[in-house]
Amino acid sequence: MATDTTTVAPPGAPAGAPRAGRRPALRRDGRYASVFLAPSLGGLALFTLFPTAMALGISLFDWPVFGERSFLGFDNYSHLLHDPVFRRVVLNTVLFVVLYVPLNVVVSLGLAVWLGPQIRGRQVFRVLFFIPVMTPMVANVMVWRLLFQPGGLIDGGLQAWFGIDAPNFLGSSSWAMPAIVAMSIWQGFGYNFLVFSAAIDQVPQSQLESAQIDGAGPLQRFRYITWPMITPSMFFATTMTLITSFQVFAQPFILTQGGPGVATQTIVMYVYNQGWQFLQMGLASAAGWVLFVIIMGITAIQFFGQKRWVNYDV
Amino acid sequence: MTSETNSAARKVRSGVSHTLLVIVAIVFLGPLVYAVSTSLKPADEVFTPTPHLFGSEIRWKNYADAFTFAPFDRYFLNSLFVAVAGTLVVVAASSLSAYAFARLKFRGREQLFVLFLGTLMVPQEVLIVPMYWLMQSLGWVDSYWALILPWAFTAFGTFLLRQFFLTVPAELEEAARVDGCGPFGSFFRIMLPLARPAIAVLTVFTFISFWGSFLWPLIIINSVEDKGTVPLGLAQFVGQQGTQWNLMMAASIMAMIPTVLLVVLLQKHLVRGLLVTGLGGR
Repeated sequence: MATDTTTVAPPGAPAGAPRAGRRPALRRDGRYASVFLAPSLGGLALFTLFPTAMALGISLFDWPVFGERSFLGFDNYSHLLHDPVFRRVVLNTVLFVVLYVPLNVVVSLGLAVWLGPQIRGRQVFRVLFFIPVMTPMVANVMVWRLLFQPGGLIDGGLQAWFGIDAPNFLGSSSWAMPAIVAMSIWQGFGYNFLVFSAAIDQVPQSQLESAQIDGAGPLQRFRYITWPMITPSMFFATTMTLITSFQVFAQPFILTQGGPGVATQTIVMYVYNQGWQFLQMGLASAAGWVLFVIIMGITAIQFFGQKRWVNYDV
Repeated sequence: MTSETNSAARKVRSGVSHTLLVIVAIVFLGPLVYAVSTSLKPADEVFTPTPHLFGSEIRWKNYADAFTFAPFDRYFLNSLFVAVAGTLVVVAASSLSAYAFARLKFRGREQLFVLFLGTLMVPQEVLIVPMYWLMQSLGWVDSYWALILPWAFTAFGTFLLRQFFLTVPAELEEAARVDGCGPFGSFFRIMLPLARPAIAVLTVFTFISFWGSFLWPLIIINSVEDKGTVPLGLAQFVGQQGTQWNLMMAASIMAMIPTVLLVVLLQKHLVRGLLVTGLGGR
């Protein structure tokens, strides 16, 4: 047997030698491991680790798609700081998140509680609400574009049945963002709904029933029995929803093209526009990193805050 | 006496609850029903003063016309190819590495696994600029390679399958090893067949994310008519004057069919998969 364990042992391996008896197994496994890991490790290194580092590098350059590149240091970042469009774009994204995340959680949790184990046929509802999550976002957004269109179902319905003129949802700076949020909730809440439903299934019915016999109302039963048991799911769902909602792109891109003006342009749209409309890769990369830092910050806050309200041992 | 009135009250309440749920479901399905209804209308009846479920005729022909209006057959073939190829690479690469993390002993395993999980933190948006540059350097801009490979190596699948492999009793494999089965033998003959439900979940999530992917194809594909995927094809019509809404809706509905079928067929696996992974697969 060859003695080339060093070729497969990644850096950071413990210095202390393992017990002599286990050594051949470790060595043999190690060689196999390098074969088993090669595709994933190679792919991740080339397509994730290297580009992540590269993104930081590009963000420090004036990096046009064509032509000379020159080192700028942090100029791209200070440009972003002073660009009124970027500031507006960050505000828009935060506004979307602030509206979307709580509404999504309220709708999905409310429906999951409502559709508890006592409801017959809930599998059907589960599949139903999950369909838009799984269908291509662009197709969903196209459907809602038709819905929001002047003369579309909402406008036409309001006029025909209530005699009210609907606002021009996608063309009005005060209605466009709520319209995007409404569409996004329709398309996305099914995911958290499924997560919460699965968690609520684990709550023992006997506890709920005995609490009811003791005179606890529905709200009390939820607060003192169901809620403590589903906090891990709540933590997971809110963290994931926060992260993905900061990355909102297809909905405003197709519903409003970021308009009117820049009223609904988001950070990812800004990255796209800078990179592929104005061909400023350095600036686009810097904006991407700002988004990354925001997401890391939010996730860190969530993780540090979880001690206060998440129960893992009920 | 009181228990009788209680059970009667409970029946009424559950009846009301069911009725309300059906109403919620109908409202929720409204947009999809409207899309199907529009897809079957003649072009000049899409926008009428009063919304109607049906036009003067049911035009199934719209679905065929969508393919002549834009090369949707091409888009569908491209999407299918990219999603199937991408899913194959994801399943192959992640099951191999998941096996290594779950079953093989090697130095630095824990550290390497933490590194894998760390890559899940990086959002696609950070990667698109350097990825575009990388594709330029490799000469892959506007190619199927660029649509498939950059997103075919994610730690998500490794993590999901590792969780399943860990639940397989070690004795099964030890018995095989005594019989002369090496790691490859026990991987292919024992672990992979056992992991079929987990692989089904990973397959569905991966297929769906490739099928619906939009931002990256929008960036990397220039010859949309030739290499465009379904979402890209749909989005081509945004902002164009005189959008044929009925044909667009026909195309949108067709774009939804494969994934809706997957969800309906595999709903039990999906619920379980969500529970087990706890990571999501959006």
